[in-house]
Amino acid sequence: MIVASVLIVGGFFLIVGTILIKGLPALSLDLITKTPGGGFYMGKEGGVLNAIVGSLYIALGSSGLALILSLPIVLYINVYLKRSSKLGSIARLSSDVLFGIPSIVYGAFGFTVMIYFGLKTSLLGGILTVTLLVLPIMIRTMDEVIRTIPKELLDASYSLGSTRLEASKILIRQSIPGIFTAILLSFGRGIGDVASVMFTAGFSDNIPTSIDSPAPTLPLAIFFQLGSPVDEVQARAYASALVLTIIVLLISIGARTLSKRFSKNKI
Amino acid sequence: MLVLTILSVLLAVFIGLGLYLRSLPLLELKSVGSLLTSSVWKPFKGEFGFFPFIMGTLWVTGIAIVVALPLCLLSGIFISEYAHHRVRKIIVPFVDLLSGIPPVVFGVWGVLFVVPLIQEYIAPHFVEYATGYSVLAGGIVLAVMIFPLIISILLEVFGTVPRELKDASLSLGATQWQTVKFVLLKRSMPGIIAAIVLAISRAFGETIAVLMVCGNLPEVPHSVLDSGYPLPALIANNYGEMLSIPLYDSALLFSALILFIIIFLFNAISRIVLSRIERRMN
Repeated sequence: MIVASVLIVGGFFLIVGTILIKGLPALSLDLITKTPGGGFYMGKEGGVLNAIVGSLYIALGSSGLALILSLPIVLYINVYLKRSSKLGSIARLSSDVLFGIPSIVYGAFGFTVMIYFGLKTSLLGGILTVTLLVLPIMIRTMDEVIRTIPKELLDASYSLGSTRLEASKILIRQSIPGIFTAILLSFGRGIGDVASVMFTAGFSDNIPTSIDSPAPTLPLAIFFQLGSPVDEVQARAYASALVLTIIVLLISIGARTLSKRFSKNKI
Repeated sequence: MLVLTILSVLLAVFIGLGLYLRSLPLLELKSVGSLLTSSVWKPFKGEFGFFPFIMGTLWVTGIAIVVALPLCLLSGIFISEYAHHRVRKIIVPFVDLLSGIPPVVFGVWGVLFVVPLIQEYIAPHFVEYATGYSVLAGGIVLAVMIFPLIISILLEVFGTVPRELKDASLSLGATQWQTVKFVLLKRSMPGIIAAIVLAISRAFGETIAVLMVCGNLPEVPHSVLDSGYPLPALIANNYGEMLSIPLYDSALLFSALILFIIIFLFNAISRIVLSRIERRMN
């Protein structure tokens, strides 16, 4: 049993270690500060700044949009509906189920919708698709946090004559660290996902300038570079993977620290 | 608020419907049965047989579960029953961090570590030549990817077994291991099965990491060292040209529909089982 546990924790170190050993030698300032120059995929000058920025745009946009959409939903099932409500449990169940749907299905669905509306692959398409992907994570994480807030708090505010909207504000105040955790989790998922954006966001060598220009993403950039037969380009793929890993680990650790702080100050 | 909530519930319906409508052109020409059982994949001639891809998916998923389940069960039992709470506090965060690593990084790791490992150390014992890009590589990478999911559910399920039951078993003279076997595992069996089903559906839909290490030959794999071509990899690899060949987009979206239906059902069933367990606790 100890061996099994060591193997599982070891899996984490093996992955991060492999990426670190292979990625570190090729990591340079150019990689994260320059966009691909001519012949970049043949091993010439340039970096993946375009993809880093594109990924950040998509992750930021979709987390923001998902927050705007999910906050009313979570408040509705926690404040406006009764605890025993059917709709509430159906909504929770369906966000659990949606959480399990793979990103490639979201990607394919986003793609069909975009064809239907005549949209081209763009930053907007990527953001909308990733929003669908992270929405269930957002709803589930926030719902779990809000559910831990004692019911007495709500009762107290009602007895002082507050409306349900005012009571919702109290719930939001109480769960701000939890909301941040939810945002960070969605952000981490959004920045690392490939299958949902490869159909919908497209790829380009430039930093996206408007919402309907194609948006390159870091995971896709890694994937493309890894497919190259040139050694330098492959090495840059490892380095890009290292950059992505560092970003995602920082976000995960941030989310964990926040949720720990949240449980410390719980009423 | 009500509208948003209902929309979020209906999202699954929209996805299913959207994919179904787009795969209709293919379904009108061929029956679902022949599509699923035919092995001929020649998009230019309008032949779309999904059998090799379905088998590829099953092989990869099967290997992943066979590798991951025993490890996760043992480690889950260790963390929840044997380990000191300080050890638990060290292990659990790493499992969480593992769950945050993006699929593409798992793929890069697979290419850098798992594939050479198979090519140089495992395959030479069985066959003369192998590239290492195989369903085994895909299975191993997937196994590591589903560790966190299985362990976190197992820990939750084990946590719902009442302390008193375990104490009663121990006070009757059962050893710790007997208690685990006859009380903990027996009591959490539905939860364990739900965890397995969730893990299967996660492994089913994983795309990019598997695509990078599986070799992607549209043939039915006959051993763990053969290449395979799982369904999600098929979709992801061909999205570029799918609008240039007639019916191709329909075929690819049909495979997305297959994935969606299977994973939706698996997820719904296991989530209902898990929420029953939680309710029994309260």
